[in-house]
Amino acid sequence: MSESGGKPAERKGAARRKAALDPRLAEYRGVWVFVERDEQGVHPVSWELLGAARALADQLGSEVGAVVAGGAEESLESHCRDAVAYGADRVYQTVHPVLAGYRNEPYAKLLCELVKKHKPEILLLGATSLGRDLASSVATTLETGLTADCTELAIDRESRALAATRPTFGGNLLCTILTLNYRPQMATVRPRVLPQPKKDHGRSGQIQKEEIDLSEEEMVTKLLEFLPHAGGDRLDLSLAEVIVAGGKGLQRAANFSLLEELARALGGEVGATRAAVQAGWVDVQRQIGQTGKTVRPKLYIAAGISGEIQHRVGMEGSDLIVAINTDPNAPIFEVAHYGIVGDALILLPLLTRMVRGQAVATKTSGLEVCSSS
Amino acid sequence: MNERFDAIVVGAGPAGTATALTLARGGWKVLQIERGEYPGSKNVQGAILYADSLQKLIPNFREEAPLERHLVEQRVWVLDDRSYIGSTYRSPVSSDAEPDRYTILRAQFDKWFAKKAQEEGVLLICETTVLDLLREGERVVGVRTDREQGEVYADVVILADGVNSVLARKAGIRPELKAGEVALGVKELLFYSQESLEDRFGIQGDEGVAIEMVGKITRGMVGTAFLYTNKESLAVGIGCLLSDFRKEKVPPYVLLARLKEHPALRPLLRDGEMKEYTAHLIPEGGYKAIPKLSGDGWLIVGDAGMFVNSVHREGSNLAMETGRIAAETVIELKQAGEPFTERNLRRYRQRLDQSFVMKDLRKYQHVHEVLDQNRHFLTTYPELVNRAAETLLRVDGVDKRAKEKEVTRSFRKHRSYRGLFSDAVKLWRAFR
Amino acid sequence: MRGPNIVVCVKQVPDSAQIRVHPVTGTIMRQGVPAVLNPYDLFALEEALQIKDRLGGRIVALCMGPPQAEAALRKALSLGVDDAVLVSDRAFAGSDTLATSFALASAIRQVGQEQPVDLVFTGKQTIDGDTGQVGPGVAKRLGMQLLSYVCRIPILDMDSQSIVVHRWTEKGVQVLKSKLPCLITVLEGTSEGRFASLPEMIRAARQPIRVWNRQAAGIEDLSKIGLKGSPTVVGKVFAPSRRAERAECIEWEQDQAEKAVSLLWEKIRARQPELVEKLSGDNGGENGQERVSE
Ligand SMILES: Cc1cc2nc3c(=O)[nH]c(=O)nc-3n(C[C@H](O)[C@H](O)[C@H](O)COP(=O)(O)OP(=O)(O)OC[C@H]3O[C@@H](n4cnc5c(N)ncnc54)[C@H](O)[C@@H]3O)c2cc1C
Ligand SMILES: Cc1cc2nc3c(=O)[nH]c(=O)nc-3n(C[C@H](O)[C@H](O)[C@H](O)COP(=O)(O)OP(=O)(O)OC[C@H]3O[C@@H](n4cnc5c(N)ncnc54)[C@H](O)[C@@H]3O)c2cc1C
Ligand SMILES: Nc1ncnc2c1ncn2[C@@H]1O[C@H](COP(=O)(O)O)[C@@H](O)[C@H]1O
Repeated sequence: MSESGGKPAERKGAARRKAALDPRLAEYRGVWVFVERDEQGVHPVSWELLGAARALADQLGSEVGAVVAGGAEESLESHCRDAVAYGADRVYQTVHPVLAGYRNEPYAKLLCELVKKHKPEILLLGATSLGRDLASSVATTLETGLTADCTELAIDRESRALAATRPTFGGNLLCTILTLNYRPQMATVRPRVLPQPKKDHGRSGQIQKEEIDLSEEEMVTKLLEFLPHAGGDRLDLSLAEVIVAGGKGLQRAANFSLLEELARALGGEVGATRAAVQAGWVDVQRQIGQTGKTVRPKLYIAAGISGEIQHRVGMEGSDLIVAINTDPNAPIFEVAHYGIVGDALILLPLLTRMVRGQAVATKTSGLEVCSSS
Repeated sequence: MNERFDAIVVGAGPAGTATALTLARGGWKVLQIERGEYPGSKNVQGAILYADSLQKLIPNFREEAPLERHLVEQRVWVLDDRSYIGSTYRSPVSSDAEPDRYTILRAQFDKWFAKKAQEEGVLLICETTVLDLLREGERVVGVRTDREQGEVYADVVILADGVNSVLARKAGIRPELKAGEVALGVKELLFYSQESLEDRFGIQGDEGVAIEMVGKITRGMVGTAFLYTNKESLAVGIGCLLSDFRKEKVPPYVLLARLKEHPALRPLLRDGEMKEYTAHLIPEGGYKAIPKLSGDGWLIVGDAGMFVNSVHREGSNLAMETGRIAAETVIELKQAGEPFTERNLRRYRQRLDQSFVMKDLRKYQHVHEVLDQNRHFLTTYPELVNRAAETLLRVDGVDKRAKEKEVTRSFRKHRSYRGLFSDAVKLWRAFR
Repeated sequence: MRGPNIVVCVKQVPDSAQIRVHPVTGTIMRQGVPAVLNPYDLFALEEALQIKDRLGGRIVALCMGPPQAEAALRKALSLGVDDAVLVSDRAFAGSDTLATSFALASAIRQVGQEQPVDLVFTGKQTIDGDTGQVGPGVAKRLGMQLLSYVCRIPILDMDSQSIVVHRWTEKGVQVLKSKLPCLITVLEGTSEGRFASLPEMIRAARQPIRVWNRQAAGIEDLSKIGLKGSPTVVGKVFAPSRRAERAECIEWEQDQAEKAVSLLWEKIRARQPELVEKLSGDNGGENGQERVSE
């Protein structure tokens, strides 16, 4: 992203600044994903990235590579196989005790060495605390371009470059960023922005062991301990299948219980807008949107949410969006599939009862369905 | 705090900054204290800037001040519920005369103006609120702020803290605001592309238009409305006496929403993106509301001193003028080695009396009373004149003489001849 | 024992809450958008100030930006920072995060010439660039240990030059022990900000801010900064597309809310049958438990 403090619109012309790719860079081939994992498993964003990498590689006519690294052999094996099932053609597997538990120094060293050795054209990481930390260090060491927090990845036909699209200016605009004369082209993508690809156990791919020269003595930073977040905070909205989210329209903290009840009835989680979080009605962990989480549940119910762009970018990918708002012109109706114009405080409890299968008149005659599309 | 200043100026609006700048130029060590995040961050104005008072301070301001548009056209509209009748004065600025009225955005303008004062050596601190005046006996010797170790001393304190001037009220310098002496102005900023504004108003380059409105839009309350063109936005607002808002129980935003829906305005405002809704008080008490302006160790300038000419909607220029004159007064005293006693500082008022500030305010001192006591000026007349125009302009087979008679009859029906005559006299007196 | 010499990187950013996009052309309307000190950098400043409160030492605020960015540094000064450096040069225009980190790293080396730098703090990210890449980039360029997303610094011992931090991750907190010098990116919400005293405000208003051009910041190589030093190129800027169709709205009369809701529920069931199937099993028991809303 441009650091110029911002005249992207005026820099449009810069993309035309095209020189022939340095021949040394032209040998860079393949789309790589760094697979983020820990003892418990792989972060789903890595599989989402493999799905995207597959599509990009097919377009470029090249391979998908996956980097899987860790401190002990056993758990890595299954992760490597999974990587293949999700679309990797080749998995670079590195095992070293120093790699147990993430630390910037050894992981950055590993990834830089692998890139220098195998020269991938594109390198993708999740925009997580780990991915962002690692990607920035690697991009700086390799002195190449890195585009953070992308929402869309494509190939620019003209230049064969990665066209990475990301929100900018507080989410009001999107910009597409290219890295023309540097390789690899790097990007991080937020979890749940891309769809999870289908796992195909029939796929074949190669798992390739990679050595690395590391020694614990040389590591300046030591990992002393890992303190998991307290039980209640384990909530991971980005994985919820159903989210019932509320905003300022719910008017007060107490009314969030209406969401909780519906969420409970639907087996889902409660989400919120930043406005609701800032009002102190709900924990920041539940914030959805540009500065909160990105979610793509099967069902997203937005109650009393205006649907400002910063909120929308966090939930637009949901399969089915239902909006309840008193204002028929609220922008949320532009992303929702179904909408009801009305008071959420009245409608939510009714819906909860409905879901719980309680008898509410099932007769629907006399109701008109307007479809303005 | 041990450090002493020659002067402390409270507030960084046009009044405070004009004062601080003038003092600093006179070689004074000035501390200016502003409560907002930056000068102008909280300030609300239409806003039209009248060049004269600024020009006296910064002659080349046109080259660097953040000005929006210079006015080439001024419209006055009298509205009834669906139509308006009005006058337009348009005069392209000739090449030899420089424009004298500009639209500005206060957030930008105040920041720039304060920067000019800082360049002269004024020490400005923001995000700091002055809570009290410090006194030794009767004499004001400094201020207390809301920060730790927040007391600071100076030879003279200038209150430029705006219409509310909590400070002056707390110190008993100024009486409480009377609801009949202040108007509540609400304003919205609507954004457009430059081209679309130019099309709508028939202007180009930096040209701008101002529309002042009176009539039924204020629902019989004493007040006016306005629409000003900025570079990429329109400022639309309405203000009425606070006492009227209270009496009528109409929320100001409702009044503004209705104004925007008026058939005369709606097409001009369509497709705008609303960005900013603000409300602010305007001192409208005029000449009679002006409080005591100075005392032992203190002076009061700008809105804090109720210096607003509500008939011409001039405020920021009076703020700068009073600020400059206050500063010049104390500079002179100091040069003459005279202390800032209540008696000596009376010279400030004397100088003001000689300036256009007091002369204008004196001239209009009765306007509000007259309007207040004759509400039909604001309701009946707008309707009558609009209907008269309608009658006269419509070509419908009725002969013109009959039409004229019809108009006269309609005026007579609502107002006796004597009434009409006395209205004319009252208005003439008020504006004389 | 000397107190640590700390550099805090702060950026001036447009208050993105106030940025508008032109409804028709989709271009950015920046007119009148105030510039603020990047809110995340306030947390970085506060962390540094707390260390100074405990251990003494010196804090230099460093900002790369246009001359107006001085305001951000002044704010930093008023909070208690000792010195402020604005790195400002036309040659920096168009820098992306890689080029920015080069320039900042270079300037930090210059600060180090006056007195070795023990700690560098940056915010988690900016609200305009939003990348969080500059901090880690600066660390790499300076060869410092990178400690990102730090939410607590329980130990900083100048004698042994060691530091222990809590690093936030999605699943928990890593407790990391490292050596100075290191670069820390500070997570938001780590602490309350502070309110400077009046004398501090006055000192800040008075204190000159050092402005360094490219040369003063120790930058010889023009190819590493500005557009030239920026691998990323902004190709296209556009407004997010809105979905073509609006929601299908369920119309209802005043007192027929129940009908409307049941119609809605039917539609949801039709679209997401699996989801609803899954529910029907585990729901029965809860009936009647609900609270009635006010
Ligand atoms: C840099 C930046 C980052 C941001 N990041 C995020 C982010 O991550 N997530 C986020 O959510 N926001 C974010 N925002 C804020 C965002 O711009 C909006 O301000 C916010 O999403 C609005 O929240 P809201 O819909 O709850 O409130 P509002 O916009 O106030 O909307 C309330 C809605 O409720 C409706 N309503 C009122 N009463 C009722 C009722 N009884 N029943 C039904 N409907 C009712 C109203 O019609 C209205 O549409 C960010 C902003 C900026 C500038
Ligand atoms: C809707 C509206 C439209 C207007 N239109 C026009 C127009 O078109 N043309 C025109 O000339 N005038 C207009 N005015 C009037 C004009 O805005 C004022 O007359 C002018 O701003 C007065 O300047 P001032 O410096 O006295 O006060 P202000 O501009 O109010 O400045 C006072 C400053 O003091 C600060 N402050 C207050 N209390 C404290 C404290 N305790 N400690 C520290 N700081 C403090 C405030 O934050 C503020 O910055 C309009 C006013 C309104 C409300
Ligand atoms: N121009 C700059 N000047 C000073 N510090 C900066 C600058 N740009 C970024 N930073 C620092 O780097 C952090 C991350 O920025 P970013 O990578 O833009 O999200 C910010 O919180 C700042 O501390």
